[in-house]
Amino acid sequence: MGKITIEKERCKGCGLCVMYCPKKILALSDKETNGNGYFVLTVVDESGCIGCANCAVMCPDSVITVER
Amino acid sequence: MTVVYKKSGMLTDAPFHYCPGCTHGIAHKLVAEVLEEIGAEGNVVGVAPVGCAVFAYNYFNCDMQEASHGRAPAVATGIKRVRPDTVVFAYQGDGDLASIGMAEIVHAAARGEKITVIFINNAIYGMTGGQMAPTTLEGQKATTCIYGRNPEINGNPIRMCELISTLTGPTYVARAALCDPANVRKAKKMIKTAFEHQLNKKGFSFVELLSACPTNWGMTTEQAVDYVKNDMQSIYPLGVFKEE
Ligand SMILES: Cc1ncc(C[n+]2csc(CCOP(=O)(O)OP(=O)(O)O)c2C)c(N)n1
Ligand code: SF4
Ligand SMILES: [Mg+2]
Repeated sequence: MGKITIEKERCKGCGLCVMYCPKKILALSDKETNGNGYFVLTVVDESGCIGCANCAVMCPDSVITVER
Repeated sequence: MTVVYKKSGMLTDAPFHYCPGCTHGIAHKLVAEVLEEIGAEGNVVGVAPVGCAVFAYNYFNCDMQEASHGRAPAVATGIKRVRPDTVVFAYQGDGDLASIGMAEIVHAAARGEKITVIFINNAIYGMTGGQMAPTTLEGQKATTCIYGRNPEINGNPIRMCELISTLTGPTYVARAALCDPANVRKAKKMIKTAFEHQLNKKGFSFVELLSACPTNWGMTTEQAVDYVKNDMQSIYPLGVFKEE
């Protein structure tokens, strides 16, 4: 069981986290943008998170905090 | 629940200016996390390059010195020699390190300066808009080789780890790729080993990180990490080239 917290203002929508989530529970929003105009990361299925931290390890911008 | 991953305290709160999907950011995080783990906080000086990482001095939560283009290993040498008990690292791109700074890196390594150099090989001059670097792959397009690098005209890519590991001064030379979580975790281990060589006053330590520049490669994030994983690794094999 895991939980991620996303600092959306830092997100650049690169999608590296989405690519490497083994549970495929992450997506880039097609509606929500941040102050820089990037489509930001959203969690599609919160209950699916296993807290592996792959997303956070790959995030170049330290957007994601992971708890387990 | 306990926190298993959070932003390193060795990074400031300044948002990185890097392009979306640029793995310079991953490299910064790894260095910061390792500095924290080895307890270097308050006793470390970094030297920033000229290149996209020129603002590294705003991002690392430690004393930083900007060097002129390619001269980071020479500046780091000076800092280390007057403060031998301070952890000193240089962070350099491939244009910075392997073109204009080739003499400085080779001689710092040859002298066995007890510094750690983090070398970001993205096979391109990122900051200046995508010119060919010494590390650009055969066939790879750049603004100064628009039909792709042609060894007949442009020579072949320079493998820095292989070159540096022929010298006596270095005690740790390794190459990793910032292309997926497993390889990023391996890269962190190598960076940690490199800094431990410095802490133990063994010799010069050098870690090359294969890195993506989606912007100047004209690729999506996905295509860019794929290029690092397949195309770059076929020319730049991963591993430890020297450990003493
Ligand atoms: C003496 C000097 N020559 C040339 C330049 C122009 N210049 C700035 S950055 C750069 C190359 C950057 O490429 P690299 O080191 O690979 O860093 P990257 O941006 O790819 O991370 C060049 C040639 C300069 N700033 N100073
Ligand atoms: S130009 Fe390339 S190296 Fe520079 S910040 Fe953008 S992606 Fe990174
Ligand atoms: Mg470069």
